[in-house]
Amino acid sequence: MGLAKPITAKDADEEDKATLEGLVADVTAAARFTRQHAIAAIYHAGSGHPGGAMSSADILAALFGAELNLWPDIVNDAHRDRFVLSKGHGAPALYAVAAHYGFCSPRAALALRKLGSPYQGHPHVLDLPWVETSTGSLGQGFSVALGMAMGLKLQKSQARVYTLLGDGELQEGEVWEAAMCAAHHNLDNLCAIIDYNKLQSDNRNDAIMRLEPLAAKWRAFDWAVAEVDGHDISELLRTFRRAAATAGRPSVIIAHTVKGKGVPYMENIPAWHGSVKLTREQAEEALAALGAQRDEIREFLDDRNG
Amino acid sequence: MTATAEAPALIGSSGDSLREAFGKALAALAGEFPKLVVLDADIAGGTGVHHFRAAHPDRFLQFGIAEQNMMAAAGGLAAVGLLPVVTTFAVFCLRAVEQARLSLAYTRRNAKIVASHPGLDVGPDGGSAQALEDIAAFRAIPGMTVLSPADPLEMAQATRAMLEFDGPVYMRTGRSPAKRLFDEDHKFEIGKGQIVRKGKDVTLVACGVEVARALEAAEHLAEEKIDARVVNMATIKPIDAGLLARCARETGAIVTAEDHNIFGGLGGAVAEALAASNPVPIEFVGVKDTFGASGEPEELAEHFGISAPFIAEAARRAIARKGKGK
Ligand SMILES: [Mg+2]
Repeated sequence: MGLAKPITAKDADEEDKATLEGLVADVTAAARFTRQHAIAAIYHAGSGHPGGAMSSADILAALFGAELNLWPDIVNDAHRDRFVLSKGHGAPALYAVAAHYGFCSPRAALALRKLGSPYQGHPHVLDLPWVETSTGSLGQGFSVALGMAMGLKLQKSQARVYTLLGDGELQEGEVWEAAMCAAHHNLDNLCAIIDYNKLQSDNRNDAIMRLEPLAAKWRAFDWAVAEVDGHDISELLRTFRRAAATAGRPSVIIAHTVKGKGVPYMENIPAWHGSVKLTREQAEEALAALGAQRDEIREFLDDRNG
Repeated sequence: MTATAEAPALIGSSGDSLREAFGKALAALAGEFPKLVVLDADIAGGTGVHHFRAAHPDRFLQFGIAEQNMMAAAGGLAAVGLLPVVTTFAVFCLRAVEQARLSLAYTRRNAKIVASHPGLDVGPDGGSAQALEDIAAFRAIPGMTVLSPADPLEMAQATRAMLEFDGPVYMRTGRSPAKRLFDEDHKFEIGKGQIVRKGKDVTLVACGVEVARALEAAEHLAEEKIDARVVNMATIKPIDAGLLARCARETGAIVTAEDHNIFGGLGGAVAEALAASNPVPIEFVGVKDTFGASGEPEELAEHFGISAPFIAEAARRAIARKGKGK
């Protein structure tokens, strides 16, 4: 099948605690880069959704760095694992984590939201070979991931399908159509992760449309449910492994996250969800808070056309 | 009719509805298209795919009454190399237009949507069930091919052509028993209209169940010494602009006829094509921007003005406008 990644969490959990710790360090570094790159890309774009990019960075880094059987030289392998960013507005974080792991050039991926750039405001499958489907209309990515999981099972593939949903996205009726369908068809090769940062475009989830009791809803739909700290990478890695070992039912990981995580002036402020314009000063402050050195900040933010 | 999936020789037999012809053809083609899977939203007996389910239960995927998820999931099935055919009523395809747009068309998936129960042809179920907007909605999606075959034989041919074609397709079938219009040497081709009756005074361009009515109208007109050409335009998108230009040049007047709203459907497609090449008088026969109602299909066609006499009357109007610049 052409799948021979050297180290994955799958091996590590069983074999070597030290390897797992090495993975955690690697994924932590990837998450830091993901946040920094996403901030820089949104700064250059003059618009974009930073809050959700920050909240989902650890989840994406854990997936790409350790869980997915997916790396740049097998993006066309029929038996690769699939990842679908159902919350398509999280594109800057997806581009950033992909750049970190060698799917695309970090510098090219800073051309977010520019005419002629493949890095559109929401991911598009025809623009980037490692994007599995186009998203940006909430709910649809989840259904497409379900279709992939169903099709892979029909073709007796061992590949797994992962999809990241926003919490506000769960207000789409299509999500619950898909939830019922995946359980009915016993799609245990499907794993949904919810970036549960408690905020959506205009306000808190519970002010817009209450989601709770959220875990109970998924249990009632007959999914295997786990709740984790979405910023605890080692817990994320172990939970992905448990989900992969779950037979007969799809898995959902409710990842409790902080919107804007890592950028103090953004954390838990709904205004940073929406498409915003970052000033040079805001971008510098964010990158510094995310651990970037002064020369790195200049490298990220200086004129891309220069 | 008592034809079954086990008797593919009966494909396209006279008296079959278009949905039955589709369902039988699909079942018969399963062997040739090993990646073919059929998606259903608890309505297989209505769409004709019960024939496929009986023959290939392992490739029949049940989505329950949840069309949005079904439509988008087809994108995922196509993404992993299968050939999904989404089936439901036309009115429920409308419910999932945005899923078709993003997850099938924007992504350029090789996925097919086959909609039964379009138009007034639905009959007694009434206005809520009669999709009169679906051609307009799907035609407006970039890259979406839109088909509406006219008789059971052509439906069987179009089913094969749709599976051989690489890209998203929306195809209308039909609920009511359909007249057999074409003989065995008929050849359906995506993107091609056919002149199914010769004539020089006016061209009647029709699709789906209206082709039979256009042919009937041409007979009426012949009694008045009006020589009407009839074009079966089974592909609405991409429209056969070359044939339309030729018909406009040769007959000088056009009538479109469809079991659909007069806005945005076949009439719109024909007018758009001819406005750019050969502007001639065009009259539109269709449902006049209103909803349908319960009744038998022939009663409804009369009531809403899409039966043969209305097509003939539109032809007289179009001919009267020739050369008058209006
Ligand atoms: Mg949120």
